[in-house]
Formats: sequence, structure tokens, C-alpha cells
Amino acid sequence: MEIVQLNQISPDQVIIWSWRFITLNVTILYTWLVMAILVGGSILVTRNLSSDINVSRWQHFLEVLVSVVRGEISEMTKKGADNFIPLIGTLFLFICTSNVLAVVPGYVAPTSSMTTTAALATCVFIAVPYYGISRNGILHYIKEYFQPTFIFFPFHVMGELSRTLALTVRLFGNIMSHEKVIGILLAVTPFLFPVVMQILGLLIGVIQAYIFAILSMVYIASALSTEDEGHVDGQKEGVTA
Amino acid sequence: MDKVSLVAMASIIGAGLAMGIGSIGPGLGMGQAIAQALAAIAQQPDERNSLTRTLFVGLAMIESIAIYCFVISMILIFANPFWSFIIK
Repeated sequence: MEIVQLNQISPDQVIIWSWRFITLNVTILYTWLVMAILVGGSILVTRNLSSDINVSRWQHFLEVLVSVVRGEISEMTKKGADNFIPLIGTLFLFICTSNVLAVVPGYVAPTSSMTTTAALATCVFIAVPYYGISRNGILHYIKEYFQPTFIFFPFHVMGELSRTLALTVRLFGNIMSHEKVIGILLAVTPFLFPVVMQILGLLIGVIQAYIFAILSMVYIASALSTEDEGHVDGQKEGVTA
Repeated sequence: MDKVSLVAMASIIGAGLAMGIGSIGPGLGMGQAIAQALAAIAQQPDERNSLTRTLFVGLAMIESIAIYCFVISMILIFANPFWSFIIK
């Protein structure tokens, strides 16, 4: 019993329920599931936080998670992490949860559809000028597009667009390709080999979530670091691919 | 040979060629990058964290080229836009 057939490229094509012009496909359903898990779990854990010696296990878990994300971000920007941790941490947690849950039978990762990843990449695309303008002012941000001369303006714009496309396609391609590989292997060599590939899929899912978060942090940091050069080491170049 | 089998043959061969040729370059590039990063970690084990992070970011960017090829071959196989011209 497979929800997404092998000849369907994305879970958008599987429609569970439709009423007039409203359709509910598998991607939306499982996105809601992941959101419910994240929000409900966070509410349950943070309902009784404590600061004395006896700390519950789940509070430890969340504290470790938040402190690791905060440490990574502050190491990259060399400035405070408090501005970025809502966006970057949410991106990481959402992508990581939706990728790791893929070992559950009957679950289809919403990141294996291009619409989800395009939405996430659009968030980053909007967040980059937001953080850049709120730190340096709009004039300084626009002036950055005309560096070193005005000829470079189209290249900067192309870079912004193409890196958004790259973010989209990278996550989508990795997760979707893995689902297809597992599907094909199930047909060819059942039992043992697909399990090995699924273990590899856990690793790939976490790494892709990490890469997505790190890359969006790099893009945001490259929009920030115009004032004080050298704080973000060498990340202004080569962030367009 | 009729049109349908021609389009099918062209898209399958094109998908295979795109994946095969397109993964040569990223494979060489990723091998080079990992070799250099391992050498750098062996020289300076204290800098492992920042080296690993930079390595991952770089690998993701090299890999995206191969992912483009993969997505194009997937489009050719699963969602070929030329089918709609042939099959009315």
C-alpha cells in the first residue's frame, strides 16, 4: 500500500478530499501533521518549565536543541543570535521533523513536494532583504546591488533568484530522489536493502535540514555584513550557487 | 517509427545521458573538496568545526548541480511536457 505511486512525481497529485474548489492533498495533510507535532510538543514541554536542579527530560531535550542552534548561528554571524533564531530554528526543526518522520510507514514527507520547498525558500528570499534593511537601512541595502559598478546589478539580481531556486531544488531533489530510490528497491530487492537505504535516508534528511538552515543563515549574513568587513569570513563571495 | 515512440525514446535516452554525464563533474568536484578538507583537518584538528561547516556548505553547492541534472531527468521521465503535444 503506497500512498504516492511510483509514477507520480510529487504528493501534490494525490488528492484525499475535495469540495468545490477546495482540495486537500497529501502534502497539506502531512504538513499539518508536522506542524501539530511541533506546536503540540512544544506546548506540552514548555507548560511546566523549571529552573531548579530537577529538570524534566523533555526540557533538557529542548534546551540542548535551542542551545546548539544558537551556538551555530552566533558562530556564523559573530553577532547575537537572538534575531535569527526564530526563523532559522523553525526552518531547521520543520525540515528535520518532516524528513525524519519518513521512516514511519504511510507517511509521505511534505518536503518531497516542490511546493513546500518553494514556500520555504521564498521565506528565506523575503527574509534576506528584511534583515539587511533592518540592520543597514534601505539606501545602503540598495547600494549594495550596484557594487562595484552599476553593470553588476543584473548579476546580483540573478544571483538572488538562482540561489532561491537552488534552495528549492536541492531539498526537493534530495528527498524526492530518496523516496523514489526506496520505491524502486522495494520492487527489485525487498526486505533487507530498502532498510539500509532508509537508515541512509535518516542521515540525509538531517543533513539536508542542517544545510538548508546553514545556507539561509549564510545568505542572511551576507546581506548583513556590509558595514564591518571581515566579520563574516569570506561568505560574501560564492553564495549564489 | 511513429511520433509517440520517438518522443518516448528520446526522453528516456536524454534522461539517462543527463544523469550520467551530469554527475561526472560534481563527483570529481566533491572528491577534490573532501580530500582538501580532510587534509586541512589532519593539519589543524582544532579548526574541525568551522572546516566541517564550510565543507558541508560547499558540498551542498557542488551537489546542487547534480541535483539539477537529476530533476531534469525526473521531469523527462515522469512529467514530460512534450507528451501533451503528442497525446491529444
